[in-house]
Parts: sequence; C-alpha cells; structure tokens
Amino acid sequence: MTQNAFTTKNLTKVYGEGETAVHALRGVDLDIPAGEFVVLLGPSGSGKSTLLNIIGGLDRATGGQAWFLDRELTAMSDRQLTRYRRDHVGFVFQFYNLMPSLTALENVELVTEVAEDPMTAEAALAMVGLSNRADHFPSELSGGEQQRVAIARAIAKNPTVLFCDEPTGALDSETGRTVLTALRDVNERLGATVLIVTHAAATANMADRVIHFADGGIRDVLLNSTKLSPDEIEW
Amino acid sequence: MVSPLDRKLLRDLWRMKTQALAISLVVAVGVMLLVMMSGLVNSLDETRRAYYERYRLADVFAPVVRAPDRVLASLAGIEGVSAAEGRITGSALIDMPGSDLPVQARAVSLPDFGQPRLNAVYLSAGRWIDRRRSHEILLLKSFADAHGLEAGDTLSATMHGARRSFEIVGIAQSPEFLYTTAPGELVPDDSRFGVIWMSRTAMEAAYDLDGAFNEALMDIGREEDLPSVLAAADRILDAYGAVGAYGLEDQFSNRFVAEEIAGLRASSAGVPPIFLAVAAFLLNIVISRLLQAERQQIGLIKAFGYTNAEVTAHYFKLILTIAAGGAVLGCLLGLAAGAVLIGVYVQYYKFPFLVFEIDPASFIIAVSASVAAAAFGGLFALRRIFALTPAVAMRPPTPPDYSGTGRFGGLLKRVLDQPTRMVLRRFVRHPGRSLGAIAGVSAGMALSAGMMTVLAGFDEAVETTFSVIDRSDMSVSFIEPLPDRTLHALAQLDGVIEVEASRTLPVILRNGVHSYRGGVSGITSGARLQRAVDANGQALTLRGDGIILTPALADILQLQTGDRLRVDIRQGRRPQLDLVVTGIAESLLGAPSYMELPALNRALGEPNRVSGAYLRIDPLRRDAIYAALDAMPVVAGISVKQDAREAFQRMMDNGAGAMRFVMAAVAALITFGIVYNTARIAYAESAHDLASLRVIGFSKGEAAFVLLGELGLIVLLALPAGALLGYGLSHAIAAGFSTDLYQVPAIFSPDSLGVAGLAVLAAAIFSGWMVKRESDRADLVSALKSRE
Repeated sequence: MTQNAFTTKNLTKVYGEGETAVHALRGVDLDIPAGEFVVLLGPSGSGKSTLLNIIGGLDRATGGQAWFLDRELTAMSDRQLTRYRRDHVGFVFQFYNLMPSLTALENVELVTEVAEDPMTAEAALAMVGLSNRADHFPSELSGGEQQRVAIARAIAKNPTVLFCDEPTGALDSETGRTVLTALRDVNERLGATVLIVTHAAATANMADRVIHFADGGIRDVLLNSTKLSPDEIEW
Repeated sequence: MVSPLDRKLLRDLWRMKTQALAISLVVAVGVMLLVMMSGLVNSLDETRRAYYERYRLADVFAPVVRAPDRVLASLAGIEGVSAAEGRITGSALIDMPGSDLPVQARAVSLPDFGQPRLNAVYLSAGRWIDRRRSHEILLLKSFADAHGLEAGDTLSATMHGARRSFEIVGIAQSPEFLYTTAPGELVPDDSRFGVIWMSRTAMEAAYDLDGAFNEALMDIGREEDLPSVLAAADRILDAYGAVGAYGLEDQFSNRFVAEEIAGLRASSAGVPPIFLAVAAFLLNIVISRLLQAERQQIGLIKAFGYTNAEVTAHYFKLILTIAAGGAVLGCLLGLAAGAVLIGVYVQYYKFPFLVFEIDPASFIIAVSASVAAAAFGGLFALRRIFALTPAVAMRPPTPPDYSGTGRFGGLLKRVLDQPTRMVLRRFVRHPGRSLGAIAGVSAGMALSAGMMTVLAGFDEAVETTFSVIDRSDMSVSFIEPLPDRTLHALAQLDGVIEVEASRTLPVILRNGVHSYRGGVSGITSGARLQRAVDANGQALTLRGDGIILTPALADILQLQTGDRLRVDIRQGRRPQLDLVVTGIAESLLGAPSYMELPALNRALGEPNRVSGAYLRIDPLRRDAIYAALDAMPVVAGISVKQDAREAFQRMMDNGAGAMRFVMAAVAALITFGIVYNTARIAYAESAHDLASLRVIGFSKGEAAFVLLGELGLIVLLALPAGALLGYGLSHAIAAGFSTDLYQVPAIFSPDSLGVAGLAVLAAAIFSGWMVKRESDRADLVSALKSRE
C-alpha cells in the first residue's frame, strides 16, 4: 500500500471571530497518497486554497490535525515549518513571485543554495525547457517563461511535494499547456506529489485524483482511471 | 457624501499610519524647534523690555568723582533728557563667614523717601529700608540666594575703609543687576559680587558725599538723541571728574542680557532652519518614494477615467495631510516646549515676571516650509507617474527591470550568494533612490555630527580660555593703579611662584562710525601667564605703537591687521591714541584687546603703574596666600581662575548655550526619524520579495538579510558622507551659537563624528529590528496574493 503524503483529521480554519467569522474549512478529513497528481477544484471561497496553505506550511489551522507523511504539521513550530518548506515543499503561484533583481538561473539558485539535496539550477531550468534563458532577468521573460522559472525554482530542491495555486491563472492556453506539461514531468520523473488548486476544470482530466471543494468542505473525490496529457486538454 | 477617492484617502492614511506618523514626527520636530526658539526669544525680549520699562531703567549712566546736587538741574536741561537723577554708589567688601576671600560688592543709594525716579528696585521679600536707621540695607536677591541670606540676617561689610555691621531688611531685584561681576572679571557670577541698597543719608555718610552724587542717571525721550546727550553730559560733568557717560547699551548687565538674548536669537534664526531644511529634505525623499509605490494604483484609478488633475489632487491631499499634520503637531509641541523653556530662562535671567509673546510668523514659516517641501517631493514623483498609461495597471504585473545592473561573473559569481546579489542589484538599479536614501541618512548624521562638534566646541572654548590664554591660577586687582614695586611684595609671599603685571583700563575703540566701549589689557611683552595667542596657541608679539584685537572686536570695528584705529582711554588724563592693529588674537570669551603695558603707561603719563597682577601659586599654600592678600589694604579683589572657569561653564550650560543640549536632542530625534523612515520604506518596497523568500524556505533571519542588507549598505555609505557634511554644518551651527560674549569654535573633532556615527548605527539597528519584527509577523499568504 502506498504511504499517504498528507492526512488531515477534522481540519478547521476560521478567519476572524464572532459575527464576522468566516469558516474557511469546516472539518476536512482527507488522505492524499504520495506520488499522485492531485487537482483541487471548487468555487472561490470553498476552502481549497486554505487547505493548500495549511498543508504547505504557510498558514496555521484553527482546529484538527494534519500530517505530512508521519509528521504532524499542526504541531510544528514556526522554525519547524520553515524547515519543512525548505526541505520538502515547492510552491508555484499565480503571480510567479520571482525576485526581479535576480536572473532566471539566480532565482533557481536561491533555492539550491539552501536546500538539502537539490539538483543543479541548470538541470531544473532544463526540465522546464529554459536553459537558453538562464541569464535573463524576469523583466526580460514572457509570463509563461516566468512561470516556468517559478516551477524550476520549486522543483530544484527535489521536493517531496509541489503546491501550485492557480499556476495557469494568468496565462493564455498555449502557455498554460507548457506549464502543465512541466508540472506533469516533475510528477512523473521526480515522483513528487503534485497538488494543484485551480478554477480550470479541464485541468482535472490530467489528474490521478480530483477533489471537489464546496463551502469549506470536500464535496466529492474522483479517481481518474484514464489520464489525459496536457496537449489533449480542451480549454 | 464623501467621494470614493476621499474614502480611499482615509483608508490609505490608516493603512500607512505608522509610516505617516514617522514622517509627520520628523516634520513636527523640525517645526517644534523653530516655533519653540522664536517664541522663547520673543518672550524673553519682550519681558526684558517690560521689566526695564516698569522699573524705569535709565538710558544714560554718567559716573563722576563728586558732583553737587545742583548740577542735576543742568543735566535735566539737556535737550532730549526727560529725567535726571543723582545717586551715590561705592565699592564695598563683604565678609562672608567661613570664607577666606572677601566678596566684592557695590553699594547703591536709594532716596530717603520712596522709590527712585530712575532705576527702581523690586522688593521680592522683607520690607523697605527706614532712612532713620543707617544700618538697614536691601540685598540683591541673586547674591542672597547664592549665600543663603534672608531678610532679618546680618552682614558685615567694609565701606570706604570702615567696617560696619548691617541688617538685611529686604531682598531686592533690579533690571540694572541681572548680571553682576566683580571689576576685572569677565564672567558673571552671582555669588562673587553683591549689591547693597542703602538710604541716601547713610550712603552720604559712608562715602563722605554730603549733598553730592557720584553717578548721574538720565532718561531720554528718543534713542536718536543719545550721542548728543552723552556729549552734553560729558561737557557738564567734566569738571567733576567724569569718567565718561555711557548709554544703556554699554551698561554691563544689559550688555550681557542683550548679548545672551541676541545669541539665542542668532541660534534661533540660524539653527532651526537647518533642522527644518533637513526635515523638509527627508519629507521630499519619503513622499517621492511613497508615491512610487502607488504607481499601480495610480494606473488603475486613471483606467477608471479619472483625470491627471483628479489623481494629483487625490495624492496631494494625502501628502498635505501628512505634512500639515506634522507641522501643526510641531507648532503645538513648540508652544508647549517653549512655555517650559521660557519658565527656565525667566528664572535664569532673574526676571521677576514673564510676558509671554508668541511669534505668529514662525508658525506660518514652519507650516509653509513643510507643506512646500512635501508638495515639491510629491510633484517630482507624480510627474514621472503621469507618464504611465492606465494599461500598466491592467496587465499582469511586470517585474521591475534589472537587466541594466550587470550579471555577476567570475570571482563575484563565486563570492556573492543570491541574497547579496539581490541587495546589490536593488541598490544599483535605483541609483536615485539609493542616493536619496544615503543623502537623507547622511543629512541626519550631519545634523547630529554638527551638533556634537559644536558641543565639543563649547568645551574647547573653555579649555582655550582657561588653559591656553590664561595660565595663571589667580588674579589680584588693586584699589587704584600702584607702582609696580607692589608686585615684588606679592612675589615675596610664601607659595607665590610667578607674578605678572597687568593694567586694565576702560577705553572706547573707534574706527569711523564703528565704536566699541570696553577694556584694554596692558600686558608685558613676553608675558607667560596672561597672553595674546594666535589660533595655533602661539603668543603674539606686542608692539609699542600697536594694539592686538580679538576676532569679535575686529568684526565689530571692521578692522584687519595693519589698519589703524583711535583708542580713547577713559581714565587718568584720558589720552587719545592712534594705534595700528598688529595682530588678531584668539579669544573665545569676551572681546578683549591687548596693548604693551609700558606703552600704555607712557600714554597715560604714569610710568611703572599696574592695576593688578596675575599669579601662579603653589596650591598647597593657597589658603595662606588668600589670607595674606586679604590683609593687604591695596587689594580690591581676588579672582580665582578655577572659580571663574566654573562660573563660565555654568553660564554656558544655563544660558543661551544650554539650548545646545535641546538642539542636540532634537538632532538625534531627526536622525533617528530619517533612519527609521528609510528602513520603513525599504520594507514596504520589499515586503513582497521577503514573503516569497520565506515561502521557498528561507528562515526569518535569512529573508531579513535582504531587507537589512540594503539598509546596512545605505548606512555604511552615509556615515562618511554624513561626517563630511556634519563638519561643514558645524561651522554654520557654531556661528549661530557665537555671541560677543563667547565664540564657539567649530573644531574638527573625531570623537563627535564617532558619537554621531554610533547614534546613526544605533538608530539603524533599532529601526532594522522594528521592521524585521514586522516582517517576521507578516502574513505570507496575503503578501503573495497581492500583486505588488
């Protein structure tokens, strides 16, 4: 049996308090097997990003528990969460969040310098097909290229898990496909668990597992028997 | 209905409240200093004027040897004179129990009935004297306070050779004796000189001046009449041994107070504008960076169809709220601080009451200067932003362009890690911004360094005056000029190591329309104890036909080395000399001039005369020497240098000079404000990058390096620039603090620069810690969701 990358038990998250309190997560129980390509779907405010942030170590839960492998994330200190992000987690955001003052290669090196067991920055850029743009600053790259640098930066540490929040949200469909291809490659070649939060329902067709969110909870979980390649996805 | 833009304005202000407050406070502190200083100076000046007026301080003083009372009628008849009165004054020595040194004092007559018409006194305790009791006196309050004497106490004094016992029936104050100093001493000292008021009858008896006066006081209607009144009075009184009438301007106490207030006025005119300029400069930089950070929003607002004018108005409201808020706060603080300070100064100057006078002009100047600086900074930044098309805001955010900052290759590539590269590129990418920040921090450091240098200058003034120029231990003044063989008697005293002759004479120095009434010191060539020295501390050579001036005098008289001037000696046969300025001597205290003693005596036709002596003594024999000098009938007074030095130090620490501490504190505040603002803005600009770094696994410390590295780089570069600028600024500030009474040198002082540098570093470390704390608490998720 495959080990679970993530397990949550009755995970809750409340923003604010009293009458203005917003229940972003209302007791989520979830198992995500390691090595899977997982897509989280749902309308805005359904809790999918909140879940991603908590199990990504960016935010803290209000109640319940969450585990990464056999380690309880909800019990970790700030320092331990930093360590967890540094050693195991890669992030890709809608707005690439590259350092404008560093070149593509240097942005990736930012991670390889501090990670435990990284690949070379050059290899990471090669995986996203940007070897020839290594010395360019973000301002000299297109949106898709910037996002691929962000992916290269996320995968360069050989992450155990890769979290992507709307990775194609700011991109056109052609560029979006390239980015999704890069993510699939990471999943298949590095064996990393990939979690993607998205509005683009079509992305679900390339996932192993599709989790639908609604009202701060999981509505249903679908397992895909036949995965499509990014090229086959209809936008 | 509040427009949406105005609501945005209020929310923006709330959002950036810490930053806005920090900027406002820097402006407030600059404004505060200006308002406080001008209010203080105006109030003091007005209080002095009112005090003089209420107690009818005379406009003209004419000392004589002895003149019959009937002469007063002639004086009153001089055109322009509105009142004339005669009185008797005389020197006295007060024996203070428990002290070997007798204290010099002046006895002044009061009319037998009621207050004098001129130079009235204010009775602050006790009662008025009874003319029938000749042993009753009023005592000057400052002297009484210094010695713990009260109404009802007794006191013994020697007048005209006779020792008598007196009863203090009242404690009095007078605008004539705000400052007192014993003859021959430069520095006022409450405890070293007393004033006694006695009835006219008692004074006539004590000084053997029955039916006569030895000082005439006159009031004049218009200031323009002064020269002609002085000349007429001199003519009338010449036959009665007149020393020369002089105006209030040359009256000792008034000259000191006027100089002190002038000194305060000069520092208030010279120093706060420098502070305000630095604050305004900072405001300019901060506002311009603040608006740069708003460019996305500006694009967005424009995309909605707002015109450039509307956007400008919106941001101007923001800027003006911050600047005007700071300025108004500064005015209020200035009023409050001014009120406190005025209380302190009123006590220091011994005014019995206070006239509070604010200066509306200072409010207008301060507020408009701040607002103008802010508006200018805003315009400068907005001008560039208007070039943006609204589309900028509609596209996904474009990363700032760093392609011009160079790729690191070779050695640098191996040496520099990525965070360091980020710091360097951020720095190089915005040279204007970086230089602006460096300029701001160095201006702040310069302010502190300048103030510290001036603080050191005050100490240097004391050191030069009392260690380099005057190397004696004490000085002795005689009751009248004596043959110089008297010096041998002094040299014979056990414990006296060295004796040097001196003769001080009242003079009027004239160069055309410029004149100065003061004293000239006759010293021997090759003098070792009291010297005329140049700026390097080397003794200047005296010449028989020459005079050596000090910079303050040369400035008043508009003279340089080689020029000629007329010297009217106001004693003896009153010779008028035509002398050449042979040198300018360093002097940081007073405005003395020096002549060769034998030449001075030749001019007077009184060879080999001295009026006093400088002594170097064995400290172990000090008390015995005091006692021996006290027993010598020819000794009028003894001045111990250490006492004078302490009195001088007190004067500089409590009078106009005290303002230096207030200003040093304000300088430190402004310096801190600048550094803190720089750190805050750097944080605001890099918050997003910092959050990204934290997300990819950088620890708080590692992420903060990018932020603090930039701040550190700015501070490191600002330190040398600030030191240079501070040295330059110290000259301007020192000039603002210098008066006729003392000159504050701007000396190069590595210590001062070091202290200012440390202050900047401390401010940087504290500011860095503050923003790091904020960065540590930042919500990573929301930082990353926002586009900028």
